[in-house]
Amino acid sequence: MQLHETPFGLYQVTSFRQSFQPMPSILSISGVSKTYATGFKALKEVNLDIQRGEIFALLGPNGAGKTTLISIICGIVNRSSGTVTVDGHDINKDYRAARSLIGLVPQELTIDAFESVWRTVNYSRGLFGKPANPAFVEKVLRDLSLWDKKDAKAITLSGGMKRRLMIAKALSHEPRVLFLDEPTAGVDVELRQDMWAMVRRLREDGVTIILTTHYIEEAEEMADRVGVINRGEIILVEGKAELMRKLGRKQIRIELREPLSSVPDGLSRYALELSGDGTELTYTYDNQSDRPGVASLIRDLEASGIQFRDLDTKNSSLEEIFVNLLRQEP
Amino acid sequence: MNLRAVWAIYRVEMARAFRTVLQSIISPVISTSLYFVVFGSAIGSRITEIDGISYGAFIVPGLIMLSLLTQSIANASFAIYFPKFVGSIYELLSAPISYLEIVIAYVGGAATKSIMLGLIILATAALFVPLRIEHPFWMVAFLVLTAVTFSLFGFIIGIWAKSFEQLQLVPLLIVTPLTFLGGSFYSIHMLPGIWRTITLFNPVVYLISGFRWSFYGKADVSVGVSLGMTLVFLAICIAIVAWIFRTGYRLRN
Repeated sequence: MQLHETPFGLYQVTSFRQSFQPMPSILSISGVSKTYATGFKALKEVNLDIQRGEIFALLGPNGAGKTTLISIICGIVNRSSGTVTVDGHDINKDYRAARSLIGLVPQELTIDAFESVWRTVNYSRGLFGKPANPAFVEKVLRDLSLWDKKDAKAITLSGGMKRRLMIAKALSHEPRVLFLDEPTAGVDVELRQDMWAMVRRLREDGVTIILTTHYIEEAEEMADRVGVINRGEIILVEGKAELMRKLGRKQIRIELREPLSSVPDGLSRYALELSGDGTELTYTYDNQSDRPGVASLIRDLEASGIQFRDLDTKNSSLEEIFVNLLRQEP
Repeated sequence: MNLRAVWAIYRVEMARAFRTVLQSIISPVISTSLYFVVFGSAIGSRITEIDGISYGAFIVPGLIMLSLLTQSIANASFAIYFPKFVGSIYELLSAPISYLEIVIAYVGGAATKSIMLGLIILATAALFVPLRIEHPFWMVAFLVLTAVTFSLFGFIIGIWAKSFEQLQLVPLLIVTPLTFLGGSFYSIHMLPGIWRTITLFNPVVYLISGFRWSFYGKADVSVGVSLGMTLVFLAICIAIVAWIFRTGYRLRN
């Protein structure tokens, strides 16, 4: 605030400073807990922010609270406490605005079996308050290879086709945030590839995608960021690349020319593992540890007079990182 | 107001009725005809007149009410129970739609179907017996009020029910007996003293009596009381539905 003296008197001038805040997240979850009537605490004080336009993978074992969290955001389950906003709209106070931004593909194939594909998808669009748009619905069905089946009743579709129909329903109202709950469980390779192609297209259109999956390779391939949930708590949220760099482990397998009976004392600081027949040494290290690197290991091998035939390095996958994380949990 | 959503649900509900046209239209026509054969001809030949109305004509309002009550409950309870059962309710709960809109759509659909059914029965009955409707406005009013009230009641049952068995329980154990004992086929004045008093605790008596009055101008209880009782029951159903939605009872828990 500044005060200026002018010929006409004393004016109070408020200075507006342009604020350069980071782009607000599209989905903001803070302090969300859920205790079911049975006393089971499905979620404990969950805080999570999803960035606009990202692909976020939520990983967690069965019963960790993934589906409960999604259900709360989408308005299917009431939370016990906490707040959730979607693009600034509170999911309770402003539920119409919040929900109309969200598309949900649930885990289970739950469709009115006796309706045709065409009617089912148009119904979903109407339910979300969007005016009829046959051209758009046609495009959605074509993109999902469902156009040929538009007059078929849902009950006559194969499992994979039903899954496509569930996706078509979720996309029918042009959501800005799409939840895919275990989208590829029990889905064949072709559909899986189609689905990921679609996810990429949606992302190009600026749609934010939040998916849960058991196939960690998929998260590894698709996601920008990864969140891990276990026993109702978010135990980690990290960019996928950072996560793999920070928590990933490297392994070097060294094939020896001559078998060893034991690891020489000069190499004890590497904690090497010797294979049963003495022909292979394994050195495991992670990127965070202060254990010495590969170069010094090779120098020390030479110094100890150990010759090797071949050398093989391996990065741990997201899956291994994930399993390790859950193991560390008390 | 998300009118598009209301319309979308309403249309799907109506489409279901036309898809199952045999069940929703032809079967009530057949059962009404059977009632006329059994009650109208067999019994009607012994009871010639009640309150100056031929027995066949006398039972028409009761028959319509019988179907209206059971079908309203069946339509609405099934309409909301089925998505709960298959799991597709997730979509309704995640849609930008208010509770009021959900009720209007489902109850509106169920009530429309049972009103259509009532009119079909009326038309069928007209083939068997001479009908007259003295108070058409009140006839329609009772028809609509009853259809809406019992569709709401069915909606409550559909939300409460956890199995198909429970879904059938209330209609089977409570509504059907009350309807049969509610004076569809007789005037309560024909009952012995104590039973006449007991009958007055049966809400269906008031519905049938009021509805019959709109046809023939003759009633077992006064029309004002009939209308009042219908409105009271409607208010009770609205209150229960409001409570269900406020608490998320068996929907969002």
